[in-house]
Amino acid sequence: MWEQLLEDAPRFFGPYNLLFLGEALLNTLLLSYLGAAMGFAIGFGLAIGRHPRLYGVLPLRIVATLYVETFRRIPFLVKLMCVFFAFQLSGAQASLFTVALVTVVLSAAAFAAEIARAGIESVPAPQWDAAEAMNFSRWRVLTRVVAPQSWRVALPPLFGYAVGFIKSTSIASQIGVLELTYAAKILNTRGFSALLCFGTILVVYFLICWPTKRLGERLEARLAHRTAR
Amino acid sequence: MVPIDPGISRLAFLSIAGLTVSYGGKVDVLRDVSLEVERGEVVGLIGPSGSGKSTILRTLVGLMKPRAGRVSVDGAPIDYSSRGSLRAARDRFAIVFQQYNLFQNMTALRNVAIAPTLVKKRDRAQVEAEARALLARVGLAEKVNAYPDELSGGQQQRVAIARALALKPDILLLDEVTAALDPELVGEVLDTIRALQRDGMTMLIVSHEMGFIREVASRVAFLDQGSVVEVGPPAEIFDTPKSARLRDFTSRILRH
Repeated sequence: MWEQLLEDAPRFFGPYNLLFLGEALLNTLLLSYLGAAMGFAIGFGLAIGRHPRLYGVLPLRIVATLYVETFRRIPFLVKLMCVFFAFQLSGAQASLFTVALVTVVLSAAAFAAEIARAGIESVPAPQWDAAEAMNFSRWRVLTRVVAPQSWRVALPPLFGYAVGFIKSTSIASQIGVLELTYAAKILNTRGFSALLCFGTILVVYFLICWPTKRLGERLEARLAHRTAR
Repeated sequence: MVPIDPGISRLAFLSIAGLTVSYGGKVDVLRDVSLEVERGEVVGLIGPSGSGKSTILRTLVGLMKPRAGRVSVDGAPIDYSSRGSLRAARDRFAIVFQQYNLFQNMTALRNVAIAPTLVKKRDRAQVEAEARALLARVGLAEKVNAYPDELSGGQQQRVAIARALALKPDILLLDEVTAALDPELVGEVLDTIRALQRDGMTMLIVSHEMGFIREVASRVAFLDQGSVVEVGPPAEIFDTPKSARLRDFTSRILRH
């Protein structure tokens, strides 16, 4: 088996395949990081819009809660299919990549909203009282008092989910988005050994996930040092 | 000039009339409370737990919404249902809480300086100089860069008082500010308040420290079940209570 691998390797890592894998890697990175970043931004917005002491007016709270509770409970693949068919039904011309990105964003937003809510609620009500009594606007209560104290609670699960989304993007291969997993499948059907194809992307996935997790841990340690006071 | 109607008596500096506050829209935690505080006066609020003392202070700064009643400061009525009026009211009052409520993510100096710089848009260097002076005044000159969790309860409470003073309030509201402190730390906070009284600060003080109230307050209001039962000079309230409820309360307090 090893001889077979060694014989295949130079051909597998040829310039054409590397370029192909590179494009797949770029798509995986874009789906994961861009998707998570956009999703988290929307999620924070949802958390702020849901909070009764921030901007939570009732209709907004109902819609946001419904969205968050639903999207956290649907498997990624099902969400992907829903978005895919929603685009088809609407007749909008969207690339498969866009469909996958929208799915990641919608998922990430729901999870981030819930994490941010937990972070906001970790700040005791008397901190709000003090700020409001001193005439802080809602935005300032949030940005100067509540958010700085929320990060400690919110950051670890956020990075946990970020790593989760990197892995979830492999499901986008099901609709034919050229990301790492799909690339491995294609190369496999072109006659390269499954071990070589999937072994390679396994290493690549690890190389993306591991630094993400480390970054999270380092930020967490820094915040614990600065705001655990 | 609008002629002043001689039939209307002059309003006190802080005038509360018929204040009623309900909780969750059902129970009245305050019922028809009226109270007047003159400029430079210190008024003590006493009464059993749950009698509504803290609710008065929390309502004045807009942390609870009154259902009925009128509040005016220096003749200007406050409409608690209007955002603008509430903002104006909050500029008049500063409140110090039982649990200090210092912002945990800021140093002592930042805690004191943040509202004047951020909310009142004053020059940061000038505000910080004032904040340092205020912290020195409460005996914490060397703690300006300490975070709340590095300070004792008494020190945190003194930072909280400095933070309230930095707002230059017309009226300082003190909500059981020594109740959460270890007995040996109570004295330092009370000394700070005594100094404020000497400087002529108008204060409304909720406290269980009866000896202290007797000493600093010019008048005392006794509350029970959300209503003001008796108001008078400390000697009257503590020595010759008129109502049975106040007699019962003082006898229980003095027995301890």
